[in-house]
Amino acid sequence: MSTEAATEAALAKPVPLPDADSAPFWHGCRQDKLMIQRCRSCRSFQFPPSSVCAQCGSDQIEWVQASGKGKVFSWIVVVHPVPKPVYAADVPYVVALVELDEGVRMPTNIVGCDSSAIVADMPVEVVFKRVSEELVLPLFQPAGA
Amino acid sequence: MATARRSAFALRDKYAIVGVGTTDYSANSGRTVRSLAIEASANAIADAGLKPADIDGLVSYNFNDSVPAIAVATGLGIPDAGYAVDFLAGGNAANLIVLSAVAAIEAGLADTVVCYRAMNGRSGFRLGGGREMAAAGPTQYTAPFGWITYPQAMAMWCRRYMIKYGLTPEQLGEVAVTFRDNARDNPRAMQRKPLTMADYLASRMIVDPFRLYDICLETDGACAVVVTTAERARDMRQKPVYIMGGAYGGGPNQGDDLFDCIRWPDHAMNYSHYIADDLWRSAGIGPKDIDVAEIYDCFTYSIVMQLEGLGLCGLGEAGAFIQDGNIRRGGKLPVNTHGGLLSEGYIHGFNHVVEAVEQLRGQSGSRQVANAEIALTTAGAMTCGSAMILRK
Repeated sequence: MSTEAATEAALAKPVPLPDADSAPFWHGCRQDKLMIQRCRSCRSFQFPPSSVCAQCGSDQIEWVQASGKGKVFSWIVVVHPVPKPVYAADVPYVVALVELDEGVRMPTNIVGCDSSAIVADMPVEVVFKRVSEELVLPLFQPAGA
Repeated sequence: MATARRSAFALRDKYAIVGVGTTDYSANSGRTVRSLAIEASANAIADAGLKPADIDGLVSYNFNDSVPAIAVATGLGIPDAGYAVDFLAGGNAANLIVLSAVAAIEAGLADTVVCYRAMNGRSGFRLGGGREMAAAGPTQYTAPFGWITYPQAMAMWCRRYMIKYGLTPEQLGEVAVTFRDNARDNPRAMQRKPLTMADYLASRMIVDPFRLYDICLETDGACAVVVTTAERARDMRQKPVYIMGGAYGGGPNQGDDLFDCIRWPDHAMNYSHYIADDLWRSAGIGPKDIDVAEIYDCFTYSIVMQLEGLGLCGLGEAGAFIQDGNIRRGGKLPVNTHGGLLSEGYIHGFNHVVEAVEQLRGQSGSRQVANAEIALTTAGAMTCGSAMILRK
């Protein structure tokens, strides 16, 4: 690996590696769809995805498109970047756990508002950020922004 | 609330800690983790009045940042290491390894066991500085959003507590200031400079709601204890410290790794809530019987959840309980008399066990809690963890 390539690799942000459980989720993001699992047997919604339903043990799992609406369950404001070179240009940024209307929680970034404007249970909606050809991340912004 | 286990920990007072040992705690040991582990273990064995040949078990825990138990056995020239076992685990295992040593002895797998934690936590692998940048398995749902470090993880829990109950910077600051005051009487502590509430409040924000002094130190060092039967303990050099009880576990949805808390039911409440019944029942005592408590403090907020989870104060009341001075050395429940992970050093919670033993032996010098007879130690801060009750 050349020095430039090594530097670039070191600066790269983590890129999700889809697996057999998660591939439909990441594929959905690339089509601007927020996909979560639902159990055909007990109808529970599930995220993160799994090979079986954690509520009833059924392996009859289907993928459904979530409403993309939810509310802020908890959030942090990252001020000190770690690793520094990778996130120095991004701070301060907000990481949140959003509770979707379907009842499952999802880690994300809150965009489209100042961090000081965020309050508990604030309504938010998904917005898809195209990071590269391959990677689209589901972020959330204040509802109706 | 979890249902208490059928028989909890059934070995009350049948086992004891008979030796403790440490290395220096520093930011740059200039040594291998192997040599730190060997020194702390050798010191604990000598403290018990034993020789390496008397040891036939070794237990530790690590995040791939230590050396295996067989390496310490090899380094100490232990001729017959039977139960030499490594847990791939974090602070949650800091009391579990002692309980595991007891279980191994009870099962006939060993007679006398060294438990240790060794790490170059500042000069080598920095746990607080970020995990691997991979986003595979559970981290594919967290790391791509820049949610990577443990301070960032626990800050998310803390915010949830603030939403549910309210918690002020001054209440978190009182934890940091109290433990620093304790560390000033501890020659082993890394941080012994005075810390005032004004210093705390003025310290820079790292990940809101956590300031610099809400976050524990990073440390190079090792510590160890020796565990054996109460019967053998009677003839040893030090007065035995008996293991009255212990528990390990957590609630539902403990996650796909130690960071993952997406499905955790309530982030204002951690593992301690779920093991409390087992812990108190195993020892046959209650929260009011504790003379000194060494509580896992990777962050100031970790103390809040464990005080409440174990019933040392009421739910939602820890902030006020702390602010009223109850966790100070002269208070109702002296906590982290050595300075904790926040000021003594981060030996991943195992240093709490060493401090509890020294307190119960009456060997803690100017930081000694008068008439300390029963101590609580805890380990872990998030979805799973362990705790013990020790007595003199």
